[in-house]
Amino acid sequence: MLWACVLLPQLALDGVMRCRTNPDEPLALLSGTPQRRVLQTVNPAARALGLRPGQSLISAQVLVRDFATTEYAPSETEALQQLLAAWAYGFSSQVSLKYPRALLMEIESSLGLFGPWPVFEARLRKELTALGFSHRIVVAPNPIAARMLANAHDGLAILDARQLRQALEQMPLNRIGLSSEVATAFSRMGFRCVREVLELPRHTLARRFPAQVLQHLDNLLGERPVALECYTPPDFFDVRIELNFDVESHQALLFPLKRLVSDLAAFLAGRDSGVQRFGLHLEHHEGPDTLVPVGLLSAEREAGMLFELARGRLEQIQVRSPVHAVRLEARDLPTFVPVRRELFDERPQQALPWEQLRERLRARLGDDSVNSLSMHADHRPECAWQLDAHSKNKPVAPSVPRPGWLLSTPKPLQDGETRILAGPERIESGWWDGGDVRRDYYLIETRTGQRGWAYRSVGEQGDLLLHGWFA
Amino acid sequence: MMGAVVSLESLLDERRVWKGRQTAAPVSLQPTGHAALDAALPSGGWPAAALSEILVATDGSGELRLLWPALARLASSGERLVLVAPPYIPYPQAWLAAGIDMGQLTVIQALERDALWAAEQCLRSGSCGAVLCWPGLVDDRALRRLQVAAETGQTLAFACRPLAAASNPSPAALRIAIDTRPQQLRVLKCRGGLAPAAPIPFTTDA
Repeated sequence: MLWACVLLPQLALDGVMRCRTNPDEPLALLSGTPQRRVLQTVNPAARALGLRPGQSLISAQVLVRDFATTEYAPSETEALQQLLAAWAYGFSSQVSLKYPRALLMEIESSLGLFGPWPVFEARLRKELTALGFSHRIVVAPNPIAARMLANAHDGLAILDARQLRQALEQMPLNRIGLSSEVATAFSRMGFRCVREVLELPRHTLARRFPAQVLQHLDNLLGERPVALECYTPPDFFDVRIELNFDVESHQALLFPLKRLVSDLAAFLAGRDSGVQRFGLHLEHHEGPDTLVPVGLLSAEREAGMLFELARGRLEQIQVRSPVHAVRLEARDLPTFVPVRRELFDERPQQALPWEQLRERLRARLGDDSVNSLSMHADHRPECAWQLDAHSKNKPVAPSVPRPGWLLSTPKPLQDGETRILAGPERIESGWWDGGDVRRDYYLIETRTGQRGWAYRSVGEQGDLLLHGWFA
Repeated sequence: MMGAVVSLESLLDERRVWKGRQTAAPVSLQPTGHAALDAALPSGGWPAAALSEILVATDGSGELRLLWPALARLASSGERLVLVAPPYIPYPQAWLAAGIDMGQLTVIQALERDALWAAEQCLRSGSCGAVLCWPGLVDDRALRRLQVAAETGQTLAFACRPLAAASNPSPAALRIAIDTRPQQLRVLKCRGGLAPAAPIPFTTDA
């Protein structure tokens, strides 16, 4: 087995930066007690201004006046790790979060599908960059070695045990995950790198150091099997982005929305499922959240399309009060079935498939706006048609002429203007369902020459009621 | 003088050059299904990938009879027909009798301000065979958008408008007015040639 370690050296900072529109703005993450606020991490722009991690907030403010600060939140880092694990699950069935800020994934069994390692690695790096995470990737025959080599290397790929031993022998002793007391003890004994320790007789190490040291060295060299707890993806997607200011226009919500939707798409690709229904929760300081439901007719997972649909729904609504956080929740995740495409498309310029067009129309015009008509076997004209989103066609050849246009509500015709051409035709039906109809239909022609279809209920006097046009 | 090279065919297609003998009518990709109308139109049918305007005095003056043959042909070849905000309900029995597969017909309900947007989206997507809309008295900019969208998506576009709009200029490739008394079609404008001067009979029994 080959294991890849994806080390995310600045996960917390990346997590905050990817939700911000301006990456060049100096930014520091704060931690520590309220009495003594300390800069936990700074971004490159802040570093250029002289801010350093570990500085107190007060001394930082003496140096620089304008820089953005955000609370360092370990729980959000945890959520980001879960997201990245879901993403990695799309490439490997064995993903582990054994170490913080690092993904371990078994890759040897995935090489057949994703190509040789350089191609696979390029793809991983491209997708991580698109998601907005800086990273280091190292491959080694065992997960512990991969993680420890990532401390000192990036892009290293070790494929067999001999190379692994050579690479590990070069590693400094304080970078291989030994506890700090052990590392200090080694350095006081005059050892610098792993090779010097491996040359020692084992029994002397066993006498001087706790048993974990030898175990750890054996793990590193792959001489002891390691059991890892593997990641299992959750059955739903629920991610929240807290905005750093109150938002009153939907324009400002689009950037975090795009982030959420692309995270959702990465999650869905990992699970090989699509999404049919998801909700956007706009959180306010007071009062209940505004819920924007987004429903689709079929399962989809393409990020651009999902974003456009969610945007269409978002533009429709009016929020009561400013929004301070956005949450995307998707619980209904059916399996994704790709659309069947013709090998030789008859219309190569077809830019947008009908399914996407339909979703786009429904997003703006409303869920019930796109329908197909079908015939219903009933003699009453108002019951002879029905709207349905999915067409079921039952063609019955009608024998008598019927108008092409039907008025939704019949309207009275002024007598005298019209001439009766044919009729009456009696339509009598519906006594069983309460919609009793007894009508005599006539084909009429108006003064201007239009042909219409009008009726008078049996037993009533008065104007004809126009019910359709023979257009 | 080689300043302007004009292809002979394009010159003849414009019908600016008088020819002694009538050539055979060109075979159109989108015949209207009405032989007299096909013969009168320079493209031999509905202009493909363009907007056609149908001007009627009132709704129900024969616009469906004019369009049904072309729509039926498109539907039977598996193309999707879209009605954007039709003024009435299409009565399935009559549309079936006209030979239209109801499974290919989609009705989009939209308010007036969204109807043009929806029609443009449908045209632009290229996934529909024909799009019918009822823009009413809109300005020529809206019609030009529809015309450009129809070209982009290579789709037949039909706009049914009141006869009052006939005097306004329009970017549509073809403009046909339907008269009810007597029953006839008048071609007001057709791209690619001069509009035939004589009206074309269009009776109910035809």
